[in-house]
Amino acid sequence: MKPRTLYEKLWDAHVIADLGGGETLLYIDRHIVHEVSSPQSFVAMRTKGRQLRRPETHLAVADHAIPTRQRGTIDDPLAASQIAELEANVREFAVPYAEVNGPEQGIVHVIGPETGFTLPGTTIVCGDSHTTTHGAFGALAFGIGASEQSTVMAAQALRQTRAKTMKVELVGTRHPLVFAKDIALALIARIGANGAVGHAVEYVGPAVSAMAMAERMTLCNMTIEAGSRIGLVAPDETTYAFVKGRRLAPQGEMFAKACEYWDTLRSDPGATYDKVVTLDLSEIAPQVSWGTSPNQTLPVSATLPDPAQIADPGERREAEKALAYMGLTPGTPLLGTPVSHVFIGSCTNGRIEDLRAAAAIALGRKVAPGVKAIVVPGSMATRKAAEFEGLDRILTDAGFEWRFAGCSMCVAMNDDRLSPGDRCASTSNRNFEGRQGPGGRTHLMSPAMAAAAAIAGHIADAREFVA
Amino acid sequence: MSGFTTVTGPAAAMPEENIDTDIIFPARFLLLTSREGLGQHAFHDRRYDADGSEVAGYVLNTEPFRAPPVIVAGANFGSGSSREQAVWALHGLGVRAVIAPALGEIFHNNCLRNGIVPVILPPEQVAEMLASAAAGVAFTVDLEAQTVTVGNAAPVRFDISPERRLALLNGWDETDLVLARFADDIAAFEAGQRKIQPWLYPEETTA
Repeated sequence: MKPRTLYEKLWDAHVIADLGGGETLLYIDRHIVHEVSSPQSFVAMRTKGRQLRRPETHLAVADHAIPTRQRGTIDDPLAASQIAELEANVREFAVPYAEVNGPEQGIVHVIGPETGFTLPGTTIVCGDSHTTTHGAFGALAFGIGASEQSTVMAAQALRQTRAKTMKVELVGTRHPLVFAKDIALALIARIGANGAVGHAVEYVGPAVSAMAMAERMTLCNMTIEAGSRIGLVAPDETTYAFVKGRRLAPQGEMFAKACEYWDTLRSDPGATYDKVVTLDLSEIAPQVSWGTSPNQTLPVSATLPDPAQIADPGERREAEKALAYMGLTPGTPLLGTPVSHVFIGSCTNGRIEDLRAAAAIALGRKVAPGVKAIVVPGSMATRKAAEFEGLDRILTDAGFEWRFAGCSMCVAMNDDRLSPGDRCASTSNRNFEGRQGPGGRTHLMSPAMAAAAAIAGHIADAREFVA
Repeated sequence: MSGFTTVTGPAAAMPEENIDTDIIFPARFLLLTSREGLGQHAFHDRRYDADGSEVAGYVLNTEPFRAPPVIVAGANFGSGSSREQAVWALHGLGVRAVIAPALGEIFHNNCLRNGIVPVILPPEQVAEMLASAAAGVAFTVDLEAQTVTVGNAAPVRFDISPERRLALLNGWDETDLVLARFADDIAAFEAGQRKIQPWLYPEETTA
């Protein structure tokens, strides 16, 4: 048999039928449901009198609109009614649900892995573009729309077009304060926000093998920002160690049997990719986005682009527009740009490792006067683990607010949002116009860099915060 | 949904790359759980300033582009969030076809499910169309013939999957179609997968 990539193996293992014209009916093993993208999917089910084909293969949670200041009450009537609608839907359709006030509530892409719902070798969908995250487990995971969700609910199947493949090789040794977030941003800066459109991206190389699951998830999570719906890392012992013992993971003998199967989920020697990109990590500094698309990213020590120096008219226009929106002066250094807000959290960087990295910078220091800095754990389980380690104390002693779990200021659907002109150092995934609130300005970076910005009161180099 | 055949009218030119779904439909309106009436929020933060008045000169605030049947845009239109509300809002605004050199992949699929024809053409061709659109030349998108016609120019052919085209032309419901045609295949797939990966069937192992 022709050598196959991991993507091709996962794809082949889920083909129900060839539909012709390059399309395939693909079997969907798992579906994660949140309050914002699912209401219309359930309406379609109800209108058509359909039932869920396999209720146990879904997992629902409220994360996008939920407040993070408190639990128990929801002040915004629209958010309250949206979450109430989710709860009515999960009752009616018997969907397993992580309760709002329960121990498993959190961001879809954090609790999937934490509960063992996310397993290697599966197809996983969610009405959320950052579903790429779960590819870190060697799962074929991708975001879909509400209509597609409804098809998955009823049929456990979706029409899909097979993607091309792209290998991203990470070589070289990185600085201890260069994280997966920096690598992802550097990659997007290099290949562009549509650099991976139509491709399934697989991350390989010794640096990937050495990464903990949290960093692999960050890499795969950000893959959508390069235009690809699919990021992948082959499962290995690190993956199995993470999955083992989780509530929904196979147990005992079944787990051993699963590992044997998962061992086959590696790209074959000699498998070919449509594109190959190699990144030398020794050349990557901490990254900061300066514009309104994630590819508008630079090393922290760089100066802002000067549109007058950009030859390509399209690129020049994009840079002018972004600098104007961001309120930045061409040709000036990124370092020292004052920030009014700091957000540490999201499905990109809201895991325990991220909170540790932020706390390591914050330890014994104070958030600069006038900066509002919030830390929003990705899940209630993460929050609890962080409190067990004392991270909450370190962060609150430094002046950060310590919140309950949710998407919060990554999507600005609850009351955590910027006002026009506010500037935020953010560990989230999108610096789009208005993403963190209308007129808000977002600089994407790693948790260590965001913590450094909070302490300094401006964009700073986290490497200067360690002895 | 009713079927799609041909649409003719002005095309709004959006000569900009990476117009993401947050721009098309800002997240704060996602708290609305209906799919009807979302057109008023399409491109909200581009169309209106902070006090709610129209931003003068923005294409969608300019005649004859207030409810354009066609949008011509730069690469990566519809990138970012998977929110189908972006497509419902465009549909609510009156948009029935989007022409660009590349579209966000999830957005692309969402268009196909909602009676909006995604038209992918080479960048040079789109650049010409952007200029014609801005000049107010009428566009015709003919799904039956798979062509875009700009004014009196020769029709330009575009690609679309044959099944998707048929579904759009007939207004078919994808879920109905899958259930009607593939119920047995889905069951057969599950029977096979259950043998190889029994741990994926918790409803049986825990029962």
